Amino acid sequence: MSLDKSTLEKVANLARIKVKESEIDPLINELNNIMSWVEKLNEVDIDNIEPMTGVSDAKLRERNDEVNDGGYQDKVVNNSPESISNSFSVPKVIE
Amino acid sequence: MREPIILKGETGQWEMVIGLEIHAQVKCKSKLFSGSSTEFGAEPNTQVSFIDAAMPGMLPVINQEAVDQAIRTGHALNAKINNMSVFDRKNYFYPDLPQGYQISQYKSPIVGEGWLIIDLGKGETKKIGIERLHLEQDAGKLMHDQHPKYSLVDLNRSGIPLMEIVSKPDMRDWEEAGAYLRKLRSIVRYIDSCDGNMDQGSLRCDANISVRRPGEKFGTRCELKNINSVKFMMKAVEYEAYRQIEIIEAGNQVKQETRLYDPIKNETRSMRSKEEAHDYRYFPDPDLLPLYITDERINTFKKNLPELPDVKRDRFQKEYNLSFYDADVLTADKLHADFFESLAKGRDAKFVANWIITNFFAMLNEVDKSIEESPIKEEQLGELFDLINDGTISGRTAKEVFEEMFTNGGNASEIVEKKGLKQISNTDELEAMIQKIIEDNSQQVEKFRSGNEKLFGWFVGQVMKNTQGAANPKVVNEILKKSLKN
Repeated sequence: MSLDKSTLEKVANLARIKVKESEIDPLINELNNIMSWVEKLNEVDIDNIEPMTGVSDAKLRERNDEVNDGGYQDKVVNNSPESISNSFSVPKVIE
Repeated sequence: MREPIILKGETGQWEMVIGLEIHAQVKCKSKLFSGSSTEFGAEPNTQVSFIDAAMPGMLPVINQEAVDQAIRTGHALNAKINNMSVFDRKNYFYPDLPQGYQISQYKSPIVGEGWLIIDLGKGETKKIGIERLHLEQDAGKLMHDQHPKYSLVDLNRSGIPLMEIVSKPDMRDWEEAGAYLRKLRSIVRYIDSCDGNMDQGSLRCDANISVRRPGEKFGTRCELKNINSVKFMMKAVEYEAYRQIEIIEAGNQVKQETRLYDPIKNETRSMRSKEEAHDYRYFPDPDLLPLYITDERINTFKKNLPELPDVKRDRFQKEYNLSFYDADVLTADKLHADFFESLAKGRDAKFVANWIITNFFAMLNEVDKSIEESPIKEEQLGELFDLINDGTISGRTAKEVFEEMFTNGGNASEIVEKKGLKQISNTDELEAMIQKIIEDNSQQVEKFRSGNEKLFGWFVGQVMKNTQGAANPKVVNEILKKSLKN
């Protein structure tokens, strides 16, 4: 698989990464290299093999349904450049 | 068999194809991946952990109860529960999504295919397929009306567990879609996995709809978002179907897109923001291992599943000798069914069913209250029924007493006592009164005895007049019949 300019621009836009015109060609090159390296994995035959998620037999841990977090409004909103009425504020987004 | 609604266009007939995606908030105390509360209506951002706010370095840990609820719901939808499921990241940017992705399930959902039966009136039913059910996080809430320049973000809802339940495109008109949504709501309320409250957003609905010439292959569909009641969903589907027919008949093509339903204008319009974002670049969440569920765990929930609406309705018909309609009304909501059953114990079930459907439910409806908010409790209504049954009050008086109880409170016997509503069932007293009426009205008695049987009502009226309506009509009828014969 090879990446073209419009795909790169689309991916950059979806990821909200601003790419300068001068960076496009070098980036395409780099990404194509990475992808062809990853594509090597396709050469391995994995039919009838269960996916492996780790070398140890780890399972998803579940927690009990208890309320033991939250209640620190100030700390949460502290990261907002500007908070209004204990809420994050963002430029108006209306459908 | 009921035939689906066919729409008439300029050029002929059109059939609708509808599939619904329901987002049901899982009933549990804490969030899907954090220990903050899911309680509705708290102050903004008070129920937010650093996980819900997507602080770097925080690790999600899944809530066991949310998993259990999804298994229960899967069973109630006759669905296959998957032993292994995977959580994926669904990537998009929006101000209500601090992570920049929603943790959801994509390729391997916790619950696979199932089905439910919808009721289309007059005992008609249809089987609707379920495609899948998966667990995912809810996003935060945006408030647009608090500030002239900014939208405010409240993350209390961020991370609340949702079950997304996807139907197959098996519905053919808005009546079927409405019946599906009602049935699904009824089921999740029965098993208590979601409170089904559409006003508070605990149950939300997206509708996928396309139109086609009857029998032809599926047309291009549009997805309608932001639907928060059964009524609006049905209206949105109707509006959208006609919109698509108009487009096709004008020689154009329907564009596949996400549209927003506006209940005030009753129209749908394109959601531009969703156009670009449709490429979600799903990938397995590296913070979460696959979820393995043992057969033992799956089977335990299957064994402990409560009686579901369809089964309860059938049982009510048989056990209490009720009509399909009555049993259906009583079992649509579990609380209504429980209310009926406890009142029917030791009483005439048909009488109880009739009475609560025509009087009690009607009254709740009128004042727009749920059964939980009813000013009259079960025992109080039971006392009223017993007063009717033992002849203390007439059926008509009972309605008066009921209205008094409903609006001003109090118990039936107190109201009857206070207002002197007791009916006279004392045979001696009534016999003497009737004897006197017969003696005073010999002419009428003659007429009656010579064949004018309509006069019987006149005699009943006289007794009622003498007692100000307090005489037990059944007893009056019996005595009059006997006395007028001689």
